[in-house]
Amino acid sequence: METATINNNFKSEEYFINMGPQHPATHGVLRLLLTIDGEIIKKVEPDLGYIHRSIEKMCERDSYQQIVHLTDRMDYLSSHINNEAVCLAVENALEIEVPERVKVIRTIIDELTRISSHTLWWGVMGMDVGALTSYFYGFRDRELINDIFEETCGARLTMNYNIPGGLMQDIHPNFIKRVKEFIAHFKTKLPEYDKLLTGNIIFQKRTKGVGVLSKEDAIAYGASGPVARGSGYSCDVRKYHPYSALDKVTFNEALHTEGDSYARYLVRIQEMWESISIIEQLIDNIPEGDFKVATKAVIKLPKGEYYQKVETARGELGVYIISTGGKNPHRMKFRSPGLSNLSLLNHITVGGKIGDLVATMATIDIVVPDIDR
Amino acid sequence: MTNQELQELITTWFSGPESVHLEFTEEGSQFLNLSIDPEYLHELMSWLKTNNKTSFDYLFCLTGVDWGKELGVVYHLESTKHRHILVVKVQTSDRENPVFDSVQDIWPTANFHEREVFDLFGIKFKGHPNLKRLFLSEDWEGFPLRKDYVDEVNMVVK
Amino acid sequence: MYNSLIITNNIHSWVVSWMPAAVTGITEMIMIALAYLTLFAVLGLFLVLMERKVAAWFQLRIGPNRVGFFGMFQTIADALKLLSKELTGTDKADKFLYNLAPYFLIISSLMALAVFPFSQNLQAFDINIGIFFLIAISSIGVIGILLGGWSSNNKFALIGAMRSGVQTISYELSVGLSLLTMILLTGSLQLSEIIEVQKSGWLIVQGHIPAVIAFMIYMIAGTAETNRAPFDMVEAESELGAGFHTEYSGMKFAYFFLAEFINMFIIAAIGTTVFFGGWLSPFGITESIPWLGVFWFFLKAFALVFLMMWFRWTFPRLRVDQLLTLEWKYLLPINLFNIVLMAIIVWLNFTIQF
Repeated sequence: METATINNNFKSEEYFINMGPQHPATHGVLRLLLTIDGEIIKKVEPDLGYIHRSIEKMCERDSYQQIVHLTDRMDYLSSHINNEAVCLAVENALEIEVPERVKVIRTIIDELTRISSHTLWWGVMGMDVGALTSYFYGFRDRELINDIFEETCGARLTMNYNIPGGLMQDIHPNFIKRVKEFIAHFKTKLPEYDKLLTGNIIFQKRTKGVGVLSKEDAIAYGASGPVARGSGYSCDVRKYHPYSALDKVTFNEALHTEGDSYARYLVRIQEMWESISIIEQLIDNIPEGDFKVATKAVIKLPKGEYYQKVETARGELGVYIISTGGKNPHRMKFRSPGLSNLSLLNHITVGGKIGDLVATMATIDIVVPDIDR
Repeated sequence: MTNQELQELITTWFSGPESVHLEFTEEGSQFLNLSIDPEYLHELMSWLKTNNKTSFDYLFCLTGVDWGKELGVVYHLESTKHRHILVVKVQTSDRENPVFDSVQDIWPTANFHEREVFDLFGIKFKGHPNLKRLFLSEDWEGFPLRKDYVDEVNMVVK
Repeated sequence: MYNSLIITNNIHSWVVSWMPAAVTGITEMIMIALAYLTLFAVLGLFLVLMERKVAAWFQLRIGPNRVGFFGMFQTIADALKLLSKELTGTDKADKFLYNLAPYFLIISSLMALAVFPFSQNLQAFDINIGIFFLIAISSIGVIGILLGGWSSNNKFALIGAMRSGVQTISYELSVGLSLLTMILLTGSLQLSEIIEVQKSGWLIVQGHIPAVIAFMIYMIAGTAETNRAPFDMVEAESELGAGFHTEYSGMKFAYFFLAEFINMFIIAAIGTTVFFGGWLSPFGITESIPWLGVFWFFLKAFALVFLMMWFRWTFPRLRVDQLLTLEWKYLLPINLFNIVLMAIIVWLNFTIQF
C-alpha cells in the first residue's frame, strides 16, 4: 500500500449538498444540487421534473375546452390568468369578440389573482428569511380573496372560470360588494406589510445587494415579470400587449433599477398597490351584458399558429398553439415564466452564502408545477 | 421596424437567399415568420442579435415541434429596443439524429429551453455545454412529445 | 443553606428523625435533585406551551386549545408522543457521540438551573463564583450541538453545528463582558450577594446608562447564545432543514428541544438576577412575605422570556456573516467601552441608590 501523501492539509474542499426535492426553501419539489465551499456557493444546478405531468402532450389529445382546465394546474397561484391566456388565444384564432362585461370581469379577477399570489409570496418570503409571522399576515388577506373566488365560481384555487368565449357563469350578486370590502380592508393592511418586513433593518440587510441581476442579464436570460422589472427591464405585458380590459385602465409599471432581491421585493409590493388601483377603476364600471358568446360544441381552430402572451403574477406566460385545423392542437407550448427565471438562479447566487440563496430564490418566486408543467 | 422592413433588411444579409432557403411568411400567424436552412441558423441568429437595426435581444420562447415528417424548432424573438417580434423556424427531416446549432451562447436563456427540447423531442443542439435531460429521468426511453411516441402504460389514447 | 422556608425545615427535621445523620446529607441532595428535575421538566413544558401561545398571539391565531383547559396539557401530550416514537438515526452515524450529544445539552442546562436563588435562601447551591459558574456551564451546551451535528453524518447537520460553534464562541464574549460590567457594581460573583446589593435599588437603576447598555447587549447576546431567532442560524429551517438535530427523533430530539427552552429561561433568569433584583419585589412592597419572592422571580424571568419570544416572532434571521459582524464589530467594542464607563461611574460614585 502506498503511503498517503499529506499535501492538502488546511486546504478547503468543495462539497455537494442536495437541497430538495423536499426542502422548506424550494417551495415544492424542486431539487437543487449545490456545490459549496464552507458557506459559499460555487454552483447551483437545478434538477427539475419531479412534478412533470406532460401537460403539453395531454393538450395534443384534448379539445380546447379541456385544455383550459389543464392550465390552472401549471402556475396554480395565477390559475385564472393561465386560463385566460388559452381562452384569449382560442378567441383570437376564431375571431370571436367577447362582450365588454367579460373583459372587465376577467381583468378584475386577474388582478385579484395577482394580489392573492403576491400576498402568498410575501408571507413565504418572510418565512424564508426567518420571519415566520409574515406568513400568517399574508394568508389572512389571501383568504378573503379566495372566499370571493369561491363565491363566484365555486373553487378557491384552480378556478376554471374562463371558457373560450367568455365565462362559465355570471358573477355572484355579492361580487362587487365583497371586492369593494376587500379593497377597503387590504388598503389598511398593506401598510402593515411594510411595517413588519420592508422597514426591518435585518430584512434590508438580508436582501439589499443580494442576488444582483443586471438589466442586460435579465434580458439575456429571458427573465420576465417582477424579476425583470426589479432589474429595470420594462416588460409588463399588460402595458405592451394589453389584453381584455387593460387598455381601459391607467396604471404604472413597477420598476426598480437596483436588480437585487430588495428591488424585486419592492416591485411586488408596488404591484399590489397598482392592482388595487386597476380594480378600483373597473369595479364600478362593469358593463351590463352577456357573460359569454356561444361557441360551437367542438371548437376547431383554423390552420395556423397562434401566440398569446399574458402577464401572470410570475411574469410573461406565452401560449403557442400550432393548429392543423383539427379539434386538437397539433402542438401546444406553454412558455412558462418560471423556467426562464429559474435558469438565471445559478448566475446570480454564485459567490453568495446559503442564506443568500434562500433569499434570492424567495424573490424569484418559483412555482414548481409552472416550471415542470 | 415593420415586418416589411425587417424582411428586406434580413434578405440583404445573405448573398443568395435561395441557397440558404430563406423564406418569409405572414400567413396564418400574427408575427413575421422566417425559415432558414439549419446550417446558417447560428450565423443568422448572431446577426439578429447584434445588428443595431434588428437587435433581437430577448428570446422569449423556444419550441420544439414535430411536424409529422420533420422535426423543427421555433424561436420567438423580441427586441426590447424596437419592440418588434420575429419568429425563426428551422426544420430537418432527419428523425434519427436531428441536430441544430445551439443558440445558448447568444441568449443564455436558451440553455434550459434547449435541454427541454432535447428531453422531449430528442433534438440535439451542437455546442450546448450541458445537453442532458431536463425533466425526465436519464434512463427514460424515447422522446414523448414526438408524434410517433408510444407508451401503452402511461398514455391514454382517445 | 435552605433554612428560611418552613417547608424545608420540616423536611429536614423529618428526614433526620428516622435516618442516621451520615445518610441524611445524601438523601436530601437526592431529594433536591429530584425536585430540580421535576422543575426542569415542568418548566420546559410550560415554556413550550407559552411559546406556542405567544406565537399564536403574534400570528393572529388561537394556538393550542384542544388538550385540556385552553390547551394546557398540549405539551404534555406532545412529550408523551415523543416518548413513544421510534429513535431513528443515520446508518453511518458515530453511534456513541450521536447518543451522547443530547445529554451534554440537558445536563449543562440542568446544572445551570441549580445556582439560581428563586427566593430568599431558596437556592440549592450558593456558590461564591455564581456568575462565573453560569457562564462556564452555559458554554458546555455547545459541545453537545457540535457533537450532534458532527456525528449524525448529515451535511445540513454539520453546517448547523459549525455555525453554532462560531456563534456561541463569539457571543459568549458579549454575555460575559456585559455581566462583568454589572459585577463592577456588586463587587461579588455570588448570586445571593448580588441580590443583597440590589436592596438599595435594582442594578439597572443603580448603574443607569451603562447598565441599560449592558442589558441591551446582554439580551442580544443571550438570544444569540441560546440559538434563537433572529440568531437561529443553527437550525435555520428554511436553509438547513432542521440544522444540527436533523437526524434526531423521538426523545433525543425532545432533549434538544427542551434544553433550548430551558437555556432561554436561564438567560432570562440571569438577566433577572443581575439586572432586575432577582426575587426582590419592586420598592419592597412584599418584603414581609419572603415566599412571594418566588413569584417575583418568575414574573420577571417570564417577562424577559416573553421579550425573547417577541424577538423571535418579529425579526427575520440574520445571515451568518452578519451575525459575526454584529458581534465583533459592534457589540464587543461597545461592551469594552461600556466597562470603562461603568468603572468611571463606580469610581466617582455616580450610581443611583435609594
